[in-house]
Amino acid sequence: MEFLLEGFSEGLRRALTGDPEVWQAAWVTVEVSLWATLLATLLGLPAGYLLAVARFRGRGFALGLFQSLLGLPTVVIGLLVYGFLSRRGPLGEAALLFSPPAIVIGLTILAFPIAAVYGMASVAAVDARARETALTLGASPGRAAWAVFREARFGLVAAVLGAFGRVSSEVGIAMMLGGNIEGYTRTLTTAIALESMKGEFGFGVALGTILMAIVIAVSFAARALQRSS
Amino acid sequence: MRMRRLAGFALSLALVLAGAGPASAAERLKLATTTSTANSGLLKYLHPVFEKKYGAAIGTIAVGTGQALRLGRNGDVDVVLVHARAAEDKFVADGHGVNRRDVMYNDYIVAGPKKDPAGVRGMRDAVAALKKVAEKKAPWFSRGDDSGTHKMELQLWKEAGLGKPSGGWYRALGQGMGNTLIAADEKGAYTLADRGTYIALSSAKKIGLGIAIEGDKKLFNPYGVIAVSPKKHPHVKHELAMKYVNFLVSPEGQKLIGSFQKGGKVLFFPSAGGAAGN
Repeated sequence: MEFLLEGFSEGLRRALTGDPEVWQAAWVTVEVSLWATLLATLLGLPAGYLLAVARFRGRGFALGLFQSLLGLPTVVIGLLVYGFLSRRGPLGEAALLFSPPAIVIGLTILAFPIAAVYGMASVAAVDARARETALTLGASPGRAAWAVFREARFGLVAAVLGAFGRVSSEVGIAMMLGGNIEGYTRTLTTAIALESMKGEFGFGVALGTILMAIVIAVSFAARALQRSS
Repeated sequence: MRMRRLAGFALSLALVLAGAGPASAAERLKLATTTSTANSGLLKYLHPVFEKKYGAAIGTIAVGTGQALRLGRNGDVDVVLVHARAAEDKFVADGHGVNRRDVMYNDYIVAGPKKDPAGVRGMRDAVAALKKVAEKKAPWFSRGDDSGTHKMELQLWKEAGLGKPSGGWYRALGQGMGNTLIAADEKGAYTLADRGTYIALSSAKKIGLGIAIEGDKKLFNPYGVIAVSPKKHPHVKHELAMKYVNFLVSPEGQKLIGSFQKGGKVLFFPSAGGAAGN
């Protein structure tokens, strides 16, 4: 117990007294997580909306596919994207491997099914008449979709938060595609993995605390946004 | 109203993200190296000097020697700093790297529990000691990650006539040097370690393992730096990579390496003076 507490207080002191390494890792985490969440939201919520309201061939298959993608292991995503981005891979020319954009690509793939499936579920929970009424009253399909999104906003914000929580806390993709480069692609999670490797247990726990604080702060910010209308 | 507010929020978010990324104006050299150089803190000691001198940033990717060489072969990094002489020579012979230079050396030790269940403490003959560990079936943790240390360990087992050991006493972890030492400490196992990482962890009281075996000539551990071939991979930052190679072997770089200490002990001994590059 002493080991735990001593490590933790020492770690927290180091983490909070402006150690630039800590703040860089926190910043990289926030940056790549927000980007990935933004992209996954822009792609995933419309996809979820279509799955919920449209009837088309292959809809059942698409839904089943997205649902199974929810369980996609991060190391598999990391491995596949790595294969594409390596200089020997099809997209090697872009020189993206071991850079923040590479992490964003992997995290977006991780977050997309979360936004799509939970987005679909929240849209499906809205009374179908809301959309129909809007359309009958002469709203364009886009306006009607907006009306539905408004109704479903609590569920949608939860979907986006779920995506953010997932991408900010994962380690496999960030490690494989970012390479854990200090001050550049080192995130809080890969920093924690490294600290445990160096035996710096307390510092690792302190970094974990900062990570949790970020997730909580984002969650409360989203809650404020939910209530602002 | 709401839509406009949301759009404004998204837009300002995008602007913040696009504008305020970590400063990356400086050229970034990508270095693949071993966990031993990175975890011991050596690179953190050396690199700021280089970065200041050349106005460049070094991105260090710390993996095992095997993977570091693979990253070089794929052209995903510009330069490698590794320790597995045979694999390094093959890397250069196959045309993946140029200008291999000796940089420094340290040596391997066998770390083990202070209780010494295999009774090998103080033995100088590493191969005989490993045989004894196997006979007693004393717990042994292997890196198991195709690193330079792992290659050296397998070589020793081969010389001990055991091939690739198996059995409940022998565990391959697939982890870096630090993790393997910590795991061996937790489980009371022996493990082969580079002296640098061992001292870094043990002087910081992160592990309680003692040195069981040291001093065998076979345990010599030289490090080499190799620039990735610009012929094979025209996109590599070859000029900067060569500046890095030359910095490591320069009198200034060599002096820095020799002055790096942990717990009052030198971890790496400069060795560029003797051997010329090829």
